[in-house]
Amino acid sequence: MEIFWFIIIAIVLVVFFILDGYDFGVGIIHLFFAKSENDKEVIAKSAGLFWDSNEVWLVVAGGMLFMAFPTFYASVFSGFYLPLIIVLWLVVFRAIGLEFRGQFNYQMWKDMWDKAFGVSSLLLALFFGIALGNIVRGVNLGGVENGVSAYEGHFFFLPLWNSSFSPLSENPGVIDWFTIIIGLITVVTLAIHGANWIVLKTNSSINNQLKKTVFKLNIILAALTIFSIGIWQIVNPNSLDNFIDKPYLIIFPIIYFTGLIGLFFIKKLKKDIHAFIFSTLLILGGITSSLASIFPVILPSTNTVNKSLTIYNTAATEYGLSVAMNWGIVGFILLFVYLIVQKRLMGGKIDKMDYGH
Amino acid sequence: MEDMIFYDRLQFAFTITFHYIFPQLTMGLSLMIVYFKWRYLREKKDKYNNAAKFFMKIFAINFTMGVVTGIPMEFQFGTNWAKFSELTGSIIGQTLAMEGMFSFFLESSFLALFIFGEKLMGQKLHFLTGFLVFLGSWASGWFILATNAWMQHPVGYEILDNGKFVLDNFSALFANPWLLPAFLHNQVASVATSSFVVASIGAFYVLRNKNLEYGKLFLKTGVVFGLISSLLLAFPTGDWNAKNVVKYQPATFAAMEGIFETEEAGTEIVLIGQPNMVEKKLDNKIAVPNILSFLTYQDWDKQIKGMDQFEKEELPTNIPALYYAYHIMVGLGTIFIGIMGLAVFFLWRKKIYHIKPLLWTIMFLFPFPYIANITGWYVAELGRQPYLVYGLLKTADGVSPTVSSGNTLFTLLGFVALYMLLGLLFLVLVGKTINQGPKPQTH
Repeated sequence: MEIFWFIIIAIVLVVFFILDGYDFGVGIIHLFFAKSENDKEVIAKSAGLFWDSNEVWLVVAGGMLFMAFPTFYASVFSGFYLPLIIVLWLVVFRAIGLEFRGQFNYQMWKDMWDKAFGVSSLLLALFFGIALGNIVRGVNLGGVENGVSAYEGHFFFLPLWNSSFSPLSENPGVIDWFTIIIGLITVVTLAIHGANWIVLKTNSSINNQLKKTVFKLNIILAALTIFSIGIWQIVNPNSLDNFIDKPYLIIFPIIYFTGLIGLFFIKKLKKDIHAFIFSTLLILGGITSSLASIFPVILPSTNTVNKSLTIYNTAATEYGLSVAMNWGIVGFILLFVYLIVQKRLMGGKIDKMDYGH
Repeated sequence: MEDMIFYDRLQFAFTITFHYIFPQLTMGLSLMIVYFKWRYLREKKDKYNNAAKFFMKIFAINFTMGVVTGIPMEFQFGTNWAKFSELTGSIIGQTLAMEGMFSFFLESSFLALFIFGEKLMGQKLHFLTGFLVFLGSWASGWFILATNAWMQHPVGYEILDNGKFVLDNFSALFANPWLLPAFLHNQVASVATSSFVVASIGAFYVLRNKNLEYGKLFLKTGVVFGLISSLLLAFPTGDWNAKNVVKYQPATFAAMEGIFETEEAGTEIVLIGQPNMVEKKLDNKIAVPNILSFLTYQDWDKQIKGMDQFEKEELPTNIPALYYAYHIMVGLGTIFIGIMGLAVFFLWRKKIYHIKPLLWTIMFLFPFPYIANITGWYVAELGRQPYLVYGLLKTADGVSPTVSSGNTLFTLLGFVALYMLLGLLFLVLVGKTINQGPKPQTH
């Protein structure tokens, strides 16, 4: 039952990052590449029409995590207090940027909200990547100092950073050189994903240029990926064990590398949707590989005093999980029906669509 | 520790108060949009369709605000109330997750369809999408109220040795006797907010002599819905809730009514007075004898327990705030019935559009149902103190053990700043929409 809920929540999270991921990416591209007002407007629109229904997935993921793994929810949300609240602020700020840019028709107003949208998208992508880095790196559970826990063993509190910026220190912060690298990988991945979305959904004048940009970004991504696998070994020497014990898990890294290699052929792809599918595979493979590498742990402990959090020691009881499965399956099917209906209805290029409610 | 709990509570109170400005309008407004759309289907007069689309624009702005201020609510259970989440998550997580899955999704998907899909779908389907938005937003209220009802009157749980609350009866969460009265009261209150807003916009157009056709329509619809909802707020829904409080939280009832001393026989109802916590009495009291006993038990002489009958630990922690919140809510509710009653009377006499003082009053009335709604929630939340889960888990035992007060103050200040900006932009946008009016725009 724990595994069932773990998989369901993982799927919802992956869908969230695929969907909201493209509108974060659109923000990053918007910040660096959109020059003419027409492009700026169309590109903002390609995120603005969709962001709120995409963010609903985050709400659902949060709710299900709360229900199925309450101890994990409590531990992680209070432990990552500052970065999470900052993420919330960025989410709000980004939404304001998207919704208000079109409300008044003069350049200064639009430029201001464009920057808000772009910068908060960039920072959000970075922070979500850093979060993933923290999950695989682990935290000092129980706030152990000199072998003594300061809190109950499943609670912790991370500062944003500590003076060494090292993931190997006794009490690593949220931001260190390892999590920054994972953050950068996320930024590059989502920028690629966002660029593919823009090409797919709009007729912006920079579409051809964006394809070249994706190619260049993909080279950076490949380099960062190889580098990160190297440093991952330093941070967590056991990170490949799961893949050796359970060889079928290798499917997840394969998905990732399929996406990565596929995107090198972006100039030869016949349809724009293919590029978007490859970047979707990047996100799918990236998140699932990370989770698979630590499974069934969901938050490793960096000390030897307190045990890592797993799906088993943080889950709700059997009864609760199984009742929830009944409504969960129904709800889950509904979610995908809504998603398909929405994407069909809003299919095709969006340049001419009405924007602003 | 004291500081920490204070800032955690203040942050939650601030963010939830701000958040609840938006859903209370959208829930009620969705019903009125369905009404306008239904009139259009029946009578095929364009003004009804334009009215429905105009209010959907206002709905959409509020919905966006509701989404971005709602995500922090869900997150704060974990960030600031981690111990509470850990202990009760397997129960309240059920209702919260269901809210996301069944109502939030429904609402957001069909809102987009309603706004973008009219030409594509035809009128009947368009009506249906509007109806589904309404259904989604009310279901949302249902799940949130189910969560709150469990905290007010816990049912269907078992407490393990490690202090965790675990679910042992899922359907009990929805059969909770606290839930239905609270839900109905809350929904009727949100209809009140939206109808007062609709009437206010109507009064504005009529007074400005602009969009007159719509001004009259909004005014008419607003005051009729307004009177019906104001009456339903008092009876039966308000009455029903008060009886639940007497039954399940008697100490709260004594505090909110301001009964310091238990009377021999029938208990008076307090209209005005200021709680004096030192001398344990009300200053400058105006009260009517025996009414409270009658309202509560339909018996003029039945005794009601006063605060002197309870231990200090059982009583709510902030009695004056609870007392004022309750009396503001009830006082405003009474005034609403009066004003809306008058408005409907003059509507019936066909004079309403010419009585300027009444139109001005209706125009400026719209903030007050918001105040009544929010003070109503304060009654529920302050009344539950010092508990998070009534009688079982103290508020002080629910906070995050690792988050220091300095960090919470920092985030509280950040929320205040960000929400001020958000509020300002919200007003500009709604103002702009109202100013443009419901006439179809030619592009």
